[in-house]
Amino acid sequence: MIVFDNVSKFYGEVLGVNRVTLTIAPGVTSLVGPNGSGKTTLMNLMTGLLRPSRGHITVSGTPVDHPEALCRKVGYCTQYDAFPPGLTGYEFVHSTLRLHGLGEAECRERALRAIAKVGLTDAAGRRVAGYSKGMRQRIRLAQAIAHDPQVVVLDEPLNGLDPMARAETIALFRQLRDEGRYVVLSSHILHEVDLISDRVILVHHGYIVAEGAIAGVRDEIDDEHPMQILVRCDRPSFVASRIFELDSAVEIKIHEDKGGLLVHTRDADKFYLLLNRLVMEHDLELEAVAPADEDVQAVYRYLIEKDGPVS
Amino acid sequence: MTISRQFLAVQALELRKRFLGKRAIPVYLLALIPIVLFVGFAVLSFLHLGHNDPIAHDRVIYAALFRTLILRFVVYFGCVAIFVPLFRGDILDRSLHYYFLVPMKRRTLTVAKYVSGLLAALVLFNGVTLATWTLLYLTHGTSALVEQLLSGHGLFELSGYLLVTTLACVGYGAVFLAAGAFFKNPIVPAVAILGWESINALLPPVLKKISVIHYLESLCPVSIPQDSGIAILADPASPWVAIPGILLLAAVLVYVAAQRVKRLEILYGVE
Repeated sequence: MIVFDNVSKFYGEVLGVNRVTLTIAPGVTSLVGPNGSGKTTLMNLMTGLLRPSRGHITVSGTPVDHPEALCRKVGYCTQYDAFPPGLTGYEFVHSTLRLHGLGEAECRERALRAIAKVGLTDAAGRRVAGYSKGMRQRIRLAQAIAHDPQVVVLDEPLNGLDPMARAETIALFRQLRDEGRYVVLSSHILHEVDLISDRVILVHHGYIVAEGAIAGVRDEIDDEHPMQILVRCDRPSFVASRIFELDSAVEIKIHEDKGGLLVHTRDADKFYLLLNRLVMEHDLELEAVAPADEDVQAVYRYLIEKDGPVS
Repeated sequence: MTISRQFLAVQALELRKRFLGKRAIPVYLLALIPIVLFVGFAVLSFLHLGHNDPIAHDRVIYAALFRTLILRFVVYFGCVAIFVPLFRGDILDRSLHYYFLVPMKRRTLTVAKYVSGLLAALVLFNGVTLATWTLLYLTHGTSALVEQLLSGHGLFELSGYLLVTTLACVGYGAVFLAAGAFFKNPIVPAVAILGWESINALLPPVLKKISVIHYLESLCPVSIPQDSGIAILADPASPWVAIPGILLLAAVLVYVAAQRVKRLEILYGVE
């Protein structure tokens, strides 16, 4: 179990998280909240990168201020998009395993296996500096899982991934869960993580406002709270015509530059499935897909103000 | 076994940064300054444009240049540029967390990073000392250089300069490792220490001993005549005090830096 016992973290006068008491069980747990809500602070605390101002944290019984023991159990894919300079993808993962103190043969084997898991085998010999954002995200993921940690912590792991890589990464999370590991991930997009999560923890302004299975809440959100999704692609008119075939589409606006569209839908899952199909069957070239508006904030307002905290 | 592997893994990553990283460029430029200067002297000498001073005179000139240009300027600022970024550079690059997320003791990491900086500094600055000393005698012809090396006298002198350069890297390296671990802007302590080291010649003998440069200059193999204006006014420290003193200072500062690193948190946003 990952246990937060009345944990607070202050950055000087600024609140990071306050009085967090949590127990995280094996499986996929998602921390969801708007930017600045305290998700990364919680992750940095449970991986020992930050020390709590108050309270105690243990990961499988190991206090987080013992990095030698903790870091054998934990792999953390941060959202810091920085790498030691000049390394190839393979060298990056391999060097981290060397820092774990493993032998050369084991490092090589584990690095190649982790890189294969994230689908970067072909690009492993190229420098990380030349990778796309999605590839950099995946090589960080490979680095986080390469030493076979019991706990995998992932900060916004689906950021910057194209639909195909997103689907592969989600499959990897499920595989890690099926192996009995703890997978703790964060997102500011509720729709993105609730499909793969065993439970969701909603964080807002440094407080845990809800935790538990989110399915019921999500259904309610789907019905009563349509969301907007921004799509940048090469044929927005074609995409718009197909989206209108869905009964859940509320409104579509094509961008003035004809390079994308804004979709307002009541069923994001159906929309994403359709988009995947268009990419696969009609060679649609996608540049970006992202929740577009104040939606995330609105979801939290909806959750927090409508019924009060959910658990 | 694990610690030694981790230590070597840190060396592999850090030495690449020290020699091939963008922060290595100013260090190379610094190291080039005395070499370019001495190459200039050598060329002028070969063209018979320079004066033909006796070797003894040039030895004293070299002793003064070694103290002022190499020790106080190149090695000092070179150590600032090499050792301050050991932690501060990783914080600015937002990559320090990679080290903090492996099962390695922070003090092992601190010592490993210090050793990597030391290796880089020793290669570069001992290279500078060796090159400039060789160029000095080359101005008197290759036979003079060979004679100096074979006589034993020249070898002793060269070894002395290399020892002083090595100890300067050890001492200043530890100072700036600690400065990089404690200060967000280590330029301030670097300038303050430079000021203190620079006025060392003017300080009373007791205060003189609270500096690295006093012990380093005490170990220099060629003394400078009193009337040269930059001579040591206090009694030089004995090698039996100077060498262990610098090593002890370095050990204490590396320990202090390790204690600081042990408490470091990853707060890139506020750095």
